[in-house]
Order: sequence, then C-alpha cells, then structure tokens
Amino acid sequence: MNFRFAVRPHDHYKTDLSVSGAPRLDIRVQNIRKEFSQYPALHDVSLNIISGELIALLGPSGSGKTTLLRLIAGLESPTEGMILFGEEDASQRSVQERHVGFVFQHYALFRHMTILENVSFGLKVRRHDRPNKAEIRKRAMELIDLVQLTGLEKRYPNQLSGGQRQRVALARALAIEPRVLLLDEPFGALDAQVRKELRKWLREIHDRTGHTTVFVTHDQEEALELADRLVVMSQGKIEQVGTPDDVYDRPNSPFVFGFIGESSALPVTVEHNELWVGGRAIGLAAPEAVDGPAQLYFRPHDVELIEGEACLAGVVVASRRVGGTRRVELEIGGQQQPVEIDLPFDHPAGEKSRIAFRPKRWRLFSDAAAA
Amino acid sequence: MATDRLATRVTLAPAFRPPAPARLVSPTTERPAVKWTLIAIAVIFLLVILLLPLVTVFIQAVAKGPGVFFAALSDPDGVAAIRLTLLVAAIAVPLNLVFGVSAAWAIAKFDFHGKSFLITLIDLPFSVSPVVSGMIYVLLFGANSVLNPFLKTIDLQIAFAVPGIVLATIFVTFPFVARELIPLMQDQGSGDEEAAISLGANGWQTFWHVTLPNIRWGLLYGVLLCNARAMGEFGAVSVISGHIRGLTNTMPLQIEVLYDSYNFAGAFAMASLLALLALVTLLLKTILEFRYGDELASARRH
Repeated sequence: MNFRFAVRPHDHYKTDLSVSGAPRLDIRVQNIRKEFSQYPALHDVSLNIISGELIALLGPSGSGKTTLLRLIAGLESPTEGMILFGEEDASQRSVQERHVGFVFQHYALFRHMTILENVSFGLKVRRHDRPNKAEIRKRAMELIDLVQLTGLEKRYPNQLSGGQRQRVALARALAIEPRVLLLDEPFGALDAQVRKELRKWLREIHDRTGHTTVFVTHDQEEALELADRLVVMSQGKIEQVGTPDDVYDRPNSPFVFGFIGESSALPVTVEHNELWVGGRAIGLAAPEAVDGPAQLYFRPHDVELIEGEACLAGVVVASRRVGGTRRVELEIGGQQQPVEIDLPFDHPAGEKSRIAFRPKRWRLFSDAAAA
Repeated sequence: MATDRLATRVTLAPAFRPPAPARLVSPTTERPAVKWTLIAIAVIFLLVILLLPLVTVFIQAVAKGPGVFFAALSDPDGVAAIRLTLLVAAIAVPLNLVFGVSAAWAIAKFDFHGKSFLITLIDLPFSVSPVVSGMIYVLLFGANSVLNPFLKTIDLQIAFAVPGIVLATIFVTFPFVARELIPLMQDQGSGDEEAAISLGANGWQTFWHVTLPNIRWGLLYGVLLCNARAMGEFGAVSVISGHIRGLTNTMPLQIEVLYDSYNFAGAFAMASLLALLALVTLLLKTILEFRYGDELASARRH
C-alpha cells in the first residue's frame, strides 16, 4: 500500500517522488446538474472520490463522463450543485486556484516549447513562491526522468511519438504538485500495444506518487484493469459505482451488465418463484422475484452444460472461435434474439446441434421495474 | 557457369526477350503537352500582368537620371507625403493588430450571440468601396455633421486632417489581421489555453506564452498585408484628406497630384518607393518562411 504524508497543499515539494508526497484530498461531487444551452449533460450526479484512489469514469460517448471531469477541474461550471475539495467549496474557485493536474486527450502540449519548457511551464508562470531557475530546471528534469524521457528534453512535441507525448503531458501536469490528477481519455489516441504499456505504467506512477486520480475512458477493459473503483455512467447519470469486482460480478442494471464485459440476455417469465422460458421451467429458482416478465442476464462464459434436468436448450445457429474458446449463438425456443454462450474450443457441437445449459451466475431484471 | 550459360542463351534467343516495357508514366501527372501549356499560360500571365508593370515603374522612375529621381523625392511636398504615410501606417497598423487579435480571439474562443453578425461586420470594409468608407467619415466628422459643434468646442479637426486619414485607413485595413487569424485560431481550438490555465497561468500569461506563439506566423502575415494596404490606400484617404499639399497628401495621393500635373518623373519616383515597399514586404515574408520553415510546418502538422 501507499505510504502517505498528510501535507498541506504546496507546503513543500517532495523532490523524491518515490516517496508519496501527494496531498490528501477527498472530492465530493454533490447533486451536480449541467446543461449546455438547454441540453442536459448531467442530471443530479453525486460522487465521493476518496483520497489517493485511482477512479475511472466509464461510459459510452455522450454519457457525460468528460463533462463531469471538466467540472471537477473547473473548466466548466455547474448549472446546479457543488463540488467540494476536502471541506472547501471548489465550485467558487477558478481553474488556477483549484490546482488540478489535467491531462488532455490530445495532449495539448505547447508545440513551440521544448519538452523541458513544457514541463517547466506550470512552475514558471507561478507568481507566488516561484522557485528559481535552477530549481525549476531540477524539478522538471526529475519529472522527465520519472516519465522515462530523459535525453529527450530538448525535443519539440512533434518530434515525439504519441505515447511519449502523453507522458510529457503527465509530467507537465505533475509539475504543479496538483492536489488531484484528472485524465481525459489518456490513452484514447494511442494504438493498442502502447496503450497497454502506458496503462501499466500509469498504475505504477499512481502507486508511487499517491495522487488522487480520476480518469475518463470508454474502454471497459482499461477501466477494469487500472482503476480501484469504477463509476459507470450513461446518459448523464451514474449507473453504478464500485470496485471492478463489484461492477463485473454484481452489475445493478441491464445497462451495466451489457456495457461491462460480455453478456447475454434472455426474456423469461417468473412464476411460483421459478424462471420459465416458453412454458418450460429452466431450473433456476428466484425466491425473491416478482411474478411477471423479466430479463435474464448472464455471462457467456459463466454457464454449465447439463443434460436431462430442467435447463435452457437451444440449437446452434452460428459459431466462431474467440481466443481459447468457441462462442456459439443458440436459438432458444422461438426467441427472436439468439443467445451467446462459450464452449470449450474442442467441443464437438456443430451447426444445428442441440445444446443444453444453465447459467452458473445470473441476474434477473424485472420488466416491471424497468418500466 | 550457370549465369554465363543463362546469359548466352538469352543473347542467342532474342525472340524470347520480353517486349520493352512502355515508358512508365506517373498516373497522377498530365501529358507533357498539357503540362507545358499550363505552365506557359501561368508564366506569360505573370510576366505581362505583374512583372512588366513593376519593371516599368522602376525604369520610368530613373529614366531621366538619378538626379531627377532624388529631386522628386526630396521636394518638400514629397517628403511631407512620405512622412505622413509612415505616420498613418505607424498608428493604424498597431491599432489594427490589437483590434484584429481581440476580434479573432473573441470569435474563435468564445460562443456568444451575434457572433456571425460580428464576422460579417469584420468583412464590411472589404465589401464596401473605399470611397464610400471615406465619405462616411466626411459625413460623420465634416463641417455639416452632427458631431461638428462638439468637435469645434474641443478644437479637434478630424475630416481633412491627419486624424481622419488615420481613421479611414484603420477602417479599410481592419479585416487583414482578423481574417488571417480567425480560421487559424478556430482550427487550433482552445485546448492549449485550457492546458495553460489548468497549470496555473493567468489570462495574460496564457495569451503571451501560449496563444501568441501559436498564432505568430499568421499574425505576422496579417500585419504585413495590413501595412502594405495602409501605405497604399487611395480611395478612402483621397475623400477624407482634402488633398492639401504638404499637409494631408499621403504617398498615393501625391503620386496622383504629380501625375495630373504631368510630372511623370516625380510620379514614378514616388510610385517606385511604394513598389519597393511591396517588394520588401514580400522579401520579409519569404525570409521568415525560409528561416522558420520548420516551426511553421510543425505548427501546421500539429
């Protein structure tokens, strides 16, 4: 775990970034509403961000995740609601006063400045307690070292690769000793390989510096791998907040189930605390469910193949190889939408084969509740 | 050896030699005839319309010897005209630089009502005849205007005086800087500025360290064009200046006066100075592009 000092903001600068010197800062977003010329981008969003955590805002485009991040940074102002940094109301503070480190999706590096000048910028423009030139240079070089770009400090941004630019952007944001680090789709513009490396590397940097870090992403894999907690957003609302395990194993809405990880859905009927499909009991008990139509959600890989008992049975209509498994589409008892499940890759099932299975873990969302 | 045998066989059996490939033509190039016709049209056009008149101006200027040339320029009225032109440009260009940057900044970085109206308004000086621009100021500040009694009380002469010429020049040259910057700044967006303020820079620091360096080449280009037009403006200045020799005649007006009085040597001497200004402007621009080409390109590539 991280070892953290309780430091007042800019009390002093921990030159040795391997020991965490980041300030403790809880952020509370309270009932935030944001409208862009009448069009609501966020409806009544509340969120607590715990000091030192790495939290991901995850959602499809248009879900309001970037807007929420920009509101925390102060680059937008809320229509209603409050954002608290610790006990202090940050909504009244300007961007400069909030002291946040913001990393932009397209880096926004200053193209006419060298890497060193880019990283030093935040210290150079300080008007109170600005360090002297030698000190600024020393700190900037340390940060360039931290992001593993030593030797490139005299280059210009357009002479670097995308991954290197993003690391410069991070060093530049860290240079101002931010109280919180905000990253907007930090790896969105990079190719898959670089993205994976930078992901791991960001985790390491976070663990070393201990900054409270919020990042926006639409890539669920990235969020699951990197974040301590996920905030799943959709259409300007928060759908679910939790650890990757929570969100993946216990999605609380059809949207989250569908958005995080693979999922299959099947319309079922609840009767006598049992699930029925096409007039047959499928062997799943739902003691607490309300009678009536509902949607059964499960993961394609989380199924067991069984024979002879009450189960779901379908005919294979399509099959394709996905990595180490075979994913088949089953048509179940006249349902419109085929259901996907995973089989071992050497399973003999071919087209038109009949397969009987039962989800091992599943969730039921009543149609009545959704309406 | 094997290769030798192969070579021999090929020379012995010319019938098997593959047919000579047709000359490879780049698929994106025109046929030579078309190419050279187009080049010829462009070159002849440039020679006749641009280069020939330019050369004529300089030849005519020194046709009667350098003595006449310098005499025409050192004539008191001529000197006054040159000084007035420089003065007007020295006032109008910096002001338009400030106005142009402010207007472009407002349009590119902010959303507000009436933005498209403002853009249209900036174009007005381009669409209106310069003579009309001059007339507007005569009507506004002339002897019969509503403002005249007030101007008299503070003893300020605008029409038919230097302030009027400056105002008319500012009006006519206003769009140059703004037009150059608006597309550039819109293209760049406000990401860099947001980055700067998130790093703690205030508005002025952001402008000075981030915005200005990003637009400096476009700005310089706009200023050069603005300056060339400010010194060369004829129509608007002609109406508002009143043509008072030695007092309100700028270089273009002085050229007209000299030409009308059949002093061709004098007119061409003065004209050659204006043409020289144009050449210097071009030269400066080219040098800058050459010297800072990398940075210019990097700004575009980004």
